[in-house]
Amino acid sequence: MTGFTFVIEVLIAGLLSGVMYSLVALGFVLIFKASGVFNFAQGAMVLFAALTFVRILEMGVNFWLAIAIALAVMIVMAIIIERVMLRPLVAQPVIILFMATIGLNYFLEGLAQAIWDAEVHGLEIGIPDVPWMAVLESTNILISLFDVWSAVICGVLVLVLAYFFQKGRIGRALRAVADDNQAAMSVGIPLQQIWAIVWAVAGMVALVAGAIWGQRLGVQFSISLVALKALPVLILGGFNSIAGAILGGLIIGASEKLAEVYLGPIIGGGIESWAAYFIAMLFLMVRPQGLFGEEIIERV
Amino acid sequence: MLYRESGQFKTSYQRDMAIFPIRQDRWSLIAVLIISVFGVPLIASDHVIAGYLVPFLIWSMAAVGLNILTGYTGQLSLGHGAFMMVGAYSAYNLAVRIPELPIVLVFILSGLIAAIFGVLVGSPSLRIKGFYLAVATLAAQFFVEWVFGTFSWFTGGMMSMVLDTPPMIILGYRISSALDNYYLVLAFVVVMTLVAKNLVRSEIGRAWMAIRDMDVAAEVIGIRPLYTKLSAFAVSSFYGGVAGALYGFCYVKSVDFTAFDLFVSLKVLFMIIIGGLGSILGCYLGAAFIVILPILINTWGSQFSQNVPADLISNLEHMIFGGLIIFFLIVEPHGLARLWMTTKEKLRLWPFPH
Repeated sequence: MTGFTFVIEVLIAGLLSGVMYSLVALGFVLIFKASGVFNFAQGAMVLFAALTFVRILEMGVNFWLAIAIALAVMIVMAIIIERVMLRPLVAQPVIILFMATIGLNYFLEGLAQAIWDAEVHGLEIGIPDVPWMAVLESTNILISLFDVWSAVICGVLVLVLAYFFQKGRIGRALRAVADDNQAAMSVGIPLQQIWAIVWAVAGMVALVAGAIWGQRLGVQFSISLVALKALPVLILGGFNSIAGAILGGLIIGASEKLAEVYLGPIIGGGIESWAAYFIAMLFLMVRPQGLFGEEIIERV
Repeated sequence: MLYRESGQFKTSYQRDMAIFPIRQDRWSLIAVLIISVFGVPLIASDHVIAGYLVPFLIWSMAAVGLNILTGYTGQLSLGHGAFMMVGAYSAYNLAVRIPELPIVLVFILSGLIAAIFGVLVGSPSLRIKGFYLAVATLAAQFFVEWVFGTFSWFTGGMMSMVLDTPPMIILGYRISSALDNYYLVLAFVVVMTLVAKNLVRSEIGRAWMAIRDMDVAAEVIGIRPLYTKLSAFAVSSFYGGVAGALYGFCYVKSVDFTAFDLFVSLKVLFMIIIGGLGSILGCYLGAAFIVILPILINTWGSQFSQNVPADLISNLEHMIFGGLIIFFLIVEPHGLARLWMTTKEKLRLWPFPH
């Protein structure tokens, strides 16, 4: 294999794994957009959704029915979170809401493993994890078909979300809430209802992310740590941009893989835990609000 | 009746600027000090001192450090564990490599090394703000974990992850018993708390608060944002570093980078939120709460543990911990310190309603 095809292969693998990070980052973006809350519990939501899904599957339930049940569970959870946690905390400083989501993170992690269990569950969502033969034969580049499929799913998800945010009554209300909570309330948009919807949508995204990451890593506790890998994606793209989450994922994924292959051996390996953060910080030095984040205007 | 400041007149500027202007506060503080110096060895067993009091004091110190950065200066940090880790490893390396260095000096030097590191971590804070900065401090957390886990120079070439700390000797006296450790930690905590309390009510503390309230406005009235933010990072990580060194030397008696992971950073953040942002007293209340809570949950859980499996207990612990945090934030978002303030206001008027 020539050096060039190797670079291409690493690059494509990086880009595709980046898409998987953006899947998780999307959940963060949705909630931040609508409520200004940095939802630390997104990782726990991914774990909760994936565990629910895999355990229902293991009970011998039909695949699509299992998805429907898991979705329903996530929606109910969103409504409960809104009722119990968010409603009493309206108009508190963002750091208080942030801390509350850290508390929620602990709670969901405990709940997910108390209801289901802490074993590793294999998950098979029907996508084979094999090389894409057509590409391998024609160009000699090894690409996993599974990665390609998850990229496609992610793309579809983004399109659906973008449509959902642009069109219709709910879409307009969502954008109004994202723009200004109080102004939206004063023109009669039910803020609480919108928050519940957004958390439910974030729960759905968590389910998709959980299913895809679950097949990759097995459904287990460590799946919630994927959220930590999504944070650099998030700050690179900007907290409130769906497009930013995707592009951020691509940049982080590609540069992380390249750094690991070319820089890793020089400075001692294992750099993937922080390399992404450094790359994101380099971008932030130039654009402090992330690539696509809303420009921060400060007035005295 | 007891807590009333009538009749206490401030007749000079010195009296007006006193650190504890109310007589009852001074007395109760002295009482607490006397109890913690002379009372504790009489009442508390070695188990209580080594298991609860020492970690409580160390966590309080770490919380004071983070509160200076987050509560007073408004820079959200998720990397306090990294500062503690740098302090612990600096102390270990200084103590092992230069054995003639007095141990108190070792702790102070390791605090200074942590402070230098803190300034490095804080240097992007001029440009990056809010949650973006918080995620950037996470980078420090993961980076430091990686450095101490990868390069064996810091561990003295030893492959083992857990490093036993060398014995501590002060003026020929070897610190060995639980009580010795307690006194050493107590001395550090008392002195550094006093320094912190004075720092936050001095010129620099007011500059920190101005930056917290609005950094652009503070800059306009002539506060240097770079100097102010970086000094907050330096002081905060100094406290974190000393706390980390004490944690290694006086509490667990070993240095281990896994002991200061991300969840330690979050734990300290919980302490200052539950205790009260921007309050030194709050750090102690919050630390006490977070140290005692798992113990309470554990003893409560062990009463039912005959028929409940152990992993369910640990999951329930997580749930109760998370649930209580949310409950606390809903009931009193300004923390235990605010609760204490309202109690004081009530006490002032008692037994009259107004």
